[in-house]
Amino acid sequence: MVTMTYGEAAKNALREEMHRDPTVWALGEDLRRGGVFGQYKGLPEEFGPERISDAPISEAAIMGVAVGAALGGTRPVVEMRFADFALCAVDELVNQAAKARYMFGGQAKVPLVVREPMGMWRSSAAQHSQSLESWYTHIPGLVVVCPSSPVDNYGLLKSAIRSDDPVVYMEHKNLWALEGEVDNNDPLPLGRRRLLRTGDDLTILSWSATVHEAVAAAATLEKEGASVEVIDLRTLWPWDKERVFDSVKKTGRLIVAHESVQAGGFGAEIAATVSDVLFRDLKAPVKRLGAPRVPIAYAPPLEDTVRVTAAMIAETARVLMKM
Amino acid sequence: MTADPNAPTASGSVAGRNLDLDRLLAHHKLMWRIRAFEEAALRANTEKLVLGAIHPSIGQEGIAVGVCSNLRPDDILASTHRGHGHTLAKGADARAMMRELLGREGGTSHGKGGSMHIADFSVGMLGANGVVAANIHITAGAAQAIKMRGEDRVACSIFGDGAINRGPFLEGLNWAKVFELPALFVCEDNGYASTTRTADMTAGPGPAARAAAIGLPAVEVDGNDVVALDEAVRDAVAAIRAGGGPRFINAKTYRLTGHTAADPDGYRARDDVTAAWTRCPISRLAQTLADAGVRGDRLADHERDAIEEMDAVYDDAKAAPWPPLERAFADVQDVGDPRLDAY
Ligand SMILES: Cc1ncc(C[n+]2csc(CCOP(=O)(O)OP(=O)(O)O)c2C)c(N)n1
Ligand SMILES: [Mg+2]
Repeated sequence: MVTMTYGEAAKNALREEMHRDPTVWALGEDLRRGGVFGQYKGLPEEFGPERISDAPISEAAIMGVAVGAALGGTRPVVEMRFADFALCAVDELVNQAAKARYMFGGQAKVPLVVREPMGMWRSSAAQHSQSLESWYTHIPGLVVVCPSSPVDNYGLLKSAIRSDDPVVYMEHKNLWALEGEVDNNDPLPLGRRRLLRTGDDLTILSWSATVHEAVAAAATLEKEGASVEVIDLRTLWPWDKERVFDSVKKTGRLIVAHESVQAGGFGAEIAATVSDVLFRDLKAPVKRLGAPRVPIAYAPPLEDTVRVTAAMIAETARVLMKM
Repeated sequence: MTADPNAPTASGSVAGRNLDLDRLLAHHKLMWRIRAFEEAALRANTEKLVLGAIHPSIGQEGIAVGVCSNLRPDDILASTHRGHGHTLAKGADARAMMRELLGREGGTSHGKGGSMHIADFSVGMLGANGVVAANIHITAGAAQAIKMRGEDRVACSIFGDGAINRGPFLEGLNWAKVFELPALFVCEDNGYASTTRTADMTAGPGPAARAAAIGLPAVEVDGNDVVALDEAVRDAVAAIRAGGGPRFINAKTYRLTGHTAADPDGYRARDDVTAAWTRCPISRLAQTLADAGVRGDRLADHERDAIEEMDAVYDDAKAAPWPPLERAFADVQDVGDPRLDAY
């Protein structure tokens, strides 16, 4: 059992995977200085500039080269710096990486990890704060992962690197310094939820940084006498349907909370699926809590108006449970 | 050199250059205003009144001034993440700018954009941009609009040397040339892109050669020599306005601070940075003016006045209220306005 930060956990995972497999390498801007969030610190010295490769400010080239290098027999880890900048490379990811295997009839796979740090972080405004995970869930061929803790960032990044599929791997910028215990040296399976708390009255499901709001809300509700189950979905596609169904069958109530815009968000997919499959088990309508459909503002009080908080989750829970 | 207090200041000559001293004094004053604005912004950052990233332009004031003083208020400028100086030089109100940096009511964008999206459309400043090189395409498009409307305006973009490795550099310059648009492209070549030496990640002889290969007349100028840059921009803008199509200027400079206010700048040798201070565009111009006989106290007044002005600007911003929360929902879109339904 070792304590490490969310950022260190990812670095350790990458380091171990690079030792394990000489075809694993990383590319992105400023990587030779350790990455803009320090998440590659020390790796350039350890692996050299070819395997921890700097890049020009050429997102389309970074992504496209990685697709080619994946087809050519290596396992690139792409660093996009901010999820927002990955939008400069959407063709390479969506038209190329996600399609190659299918279009070419299974002749090749694209073992690629695209790290896209996401989310609101210290007044970063409209072009440096977005949570766009739901976009990628819509694209056949892609796996989408949003870890919320050091232990998961460690284990899931390992699995993402070992996966033969292109994985959009979205770390939350507000979590880099979060400390936690990492109690395993093994990859954690993609597509599995983590159960953070068990309960009988309500299931709160979330991913990424909002998981911590869900946990705080559950603690508050517990004090008020409610028994709340909290699920960290971790992988958005594929999502752990069976285990989510099991939970909601037991509790009869579900709130899905996420930082990204609620309209067209992945919460909608979960709500629709659960409502469809578990219609008779539900004691209340499935509730989504996401951001209003507005860009993210710079001024801190305005930024706060679009946050999904523990208080909002708890309030919604009270309404659902008629508390 | 001691100056004659009664010496005329309208023109002078140094080392064979004919100088318009009134113009250069205005440049000196404006460079100090930018410097003092940036210093105040850095203080705001230290005092945690600015939370988001700010990218100071200290050391690069010559480019903001050399370029923008050749643009009319109705000319268009699209800038980068390092846009405070450009915005001020284009004529924006320093108070509104500082309020924007502090996310306050009365900011240029009502506190919704902050430093990296500083903008003032009333003076043709179409915004700093959080996405490197995005302003290149926007400039080409603005120039296309100017041409379609039959106007004699110019669209200008200032971007960094790191931007020339993104697609818009090729695509936007090609577009501007193919359609012979009234566009001026200025590369602010400070040798670095964040923590990376641009030369390490850029093939070939550099920005001007790339632009020339696309067919744009391209010149390379010392961007810290505001006298030289002023002339180069003047000529380029005159040619563009006369219908001569797009032009390119690569202006060499050096940023004297870290990439952002939070950047410890561990990737540059201290000696290099110290040496660069001796090439600072403000002291360069001050020397030129002193050599031409301008009194030292006039130059010192510019510094003092600028610091006083920007101290007041900072105090004003600190005292300004937050924007009302409804602003978070305003100015998103007309059809489907989130003020009516945001979910
Ligand atoms: C498309 C895109 N990629 C990456 C970034 C992150 N980024 C912000 S500034 C910067 C360096 C820009 O260097 P340069 O263009 O030379 O401008 P300078 O900062 O030197 O003024 C980078 C990589 C970004 N904002 N946009
Ligand atoms: Mg640069």
